[in-house]
Amino acid sequence: MSWMNDIPLFSLIACLVCAAVSSVLKARAARNVTLGLLTAVFAGAVALTARGVLENTNVTYWMGHYPAPWGNEIRFGILEPFLTALFSGVIAACIVGGNRHLLSDVEEVHLNRYYVMLDLLLAAIQAIAYTNDIFTAYVFVEISTLASCGIMILRHTGRTTLAAVRYMIFSLVGSGLFLMGVIILYDLTGHLLIVPIHEKLVSLAQSGNYHLPMTVSIALMILGLGIKSGMFPFHFWMADTYGASTPASSGILSGVVSKIYIFLAVKVITRVTGTELFYETGLQNVLYGFGIAAMIVASVSALRENDVRRMLAWSSAAQVGYIYMGLGLGTPEAMLAVIYQILAHSLTKALLFLSASSLSDASGGSHSFHDLQGAALRNVPAGIAFTTGALSMVGIPLFMGFVAKYLFMTAALHVENKALLAVVALVVSAILNTAYFLRTVIRLWASEGNERFSPFRPSAGLVAACAVLVLANLAVGYYSQPVISVIQMGINLLG
Amino acid sequence: MASFLTNNVEVVAIVLFSIGFTSLLLHKNLVKKIIGLNIMDTAVDLFLASMGYVQGKTAPIVENGIVEASSYINPLPSGLVLTSIVVSVSVTALMLALTVRLYHRYHTLNVDEIYLLAREEVRRK
Repeated sequence: MSWMNDIPLFSLIACLVCAAVSSVLKARAARNVTLGLLTAVFAGAVALTARGVLENTNVTYWMGHYPAPWGNEIRFGILEPFLTALFSGVIAACIVGGNRHLLSDVEEVHLNRYYVMLDLLLAAIQAIAYTNDIFTAYVFVEISTLASCGIMILRHTGRTTLAAVRYMIFSLVGSGLFLMGVIILYDLTGHLLIVPIHEKLVSLAQSGNYHLPMTVSIALMILGLGIKSGMFPFHFWMADTYGASTPASSGILSGVVSKIYIFLAVKVITRVTGTELFYETGLQNVLYGFGIAAMIVASVSALRENDVRRMLAWSSAAQVGYIYMGLGLGTPEAMLAVIYQILAHSLTKALLFLSASSLSDASGGSHSFHDLQGAALRNVPAGIAFTTGALSMVGIPLFMGFVAKYLFMTAALHVENKALLAVVALVVSAILNTAYFLRTVIRLWASEGNERFSPFRPSAGLVAACAVLVLANLAVGYYSQPVISVIQMGINLLG
Repeated sequence: MASFLTNNVEVVAIVLFSIGFTSLLLHKNLVKKIIGLNIMDTAVDLFLASMGYVQGKTAPIVENGIVEASSYINPLPSGLVLTSIVVSVSVTALMLALTVRLYHRYHTLNVDEIYLLAREEVRRK
């Protein structure tokens, strides 16, 4: 079925066309166009994933009429369409669930631009996932930065604009470093396509020349992507960014945008350098250290926070820490845990941001814990959704978060000199997670103190989006084995 | 030391990159931050362009019927420089727009002052 190879290209083009069309449509029509686009991209990506699982091969697709060292390429196996499907699904859930807030946060005449930005963001995400060319990845990293800043600043408050400036500064530092790394790599190898770069790097490593520039370039690329995805100690922008945006944007920024940069880092590690070469540089120890520190420090920040959305943002920083800790462990089992964690965190964080916003609607729009007392009783569907997400984050069996933590734990136990610290950090972080999430959940279901606010009916879209995310969480948590084997096949194809 | 002298363009590029990088991160003034960003991008462009340049060769446009690739410089880095300029222009435009919006609201360009004012604004609500 060779026509299926055209799906990535056509869904990219469809995103760009929809963005152009949405710019002249009314908000409602633009929303429908974007939802249609998301459905189409999702369906295409699911079909490609299914075919990838059945055939278990990579497809390399020429973008133009020239073969490997000259032309541009996209390449996909299983993980690329799998993550595209995940991300388009999460974006769709976020805009359906966050629609009421979008209508109140963004002026009606500008609302269609929100969907323009989302279409561009979707194009960038797909391009980063599919591309086989490191400079193309850089260009789309910048496009996704601009688009994600766009979905923040359409909310015209001072705090959001300031948060957007901070986000941009960190992002630009990150992409500047990434670009510098790419250029040094090009300087060393003379290629921009990932496959020839990899071949050249392997022969360079064998000859023993240029070891230092190679390490520097890889370090710059990983550091740049780390800053952009919120790696410790560069995670301070997260609380402002996720705390000040409209809920749909918070869910998308934390569930999708930061994860696609992590996937690009995974691609750099597994495909550009190859895992063996990467682990010879010793950079994984740095990632491991940063990851462990994030798991503890960001969780402590979350514990001290008095604003539920900022608490979720700190928790995102901690969860990103798990991912970098996993990359630092440097075993195939840890890579499996990393990809599963991307899936788990993406679904769960979107759910938490959406339900938290609905709970604060039931508390007079306040995000502080004091006002949220008893909010789940006033808004039962959102309460159930938040509780599910919180239980998953804490790592209660049956939920996805448990499986992710289990995978990290087993992976850590197999790495001799890193096992002890990793296991201690996982346990401490789990205890801190439990402390701040259960504290919130208990407060939400407390029956005293809810006289000030009246019961609240969440919008149908929010209930539907939360229900889908809760079911996805339970399904993937309960039937984790098939998902894990698909991810495992994907990782085998990647490396 | 000798390699510093032979690779002087790269050294200048790295120095410029560091200047831009530190001003982007450490300056309090938003406009100076944006200038830092531009210096950083220019440094990257310089680095790229110097890599593709071959001493004594010309731009790869066929003139006087010379078609051997060895008579021309490598055109790919020049193409990358163009892309990088486009990216930096759009990013600068967005940053300037955000700065204008913040200035209209808070009448200052100092990030710390804006932060305090924004916090106060939230508290008053």
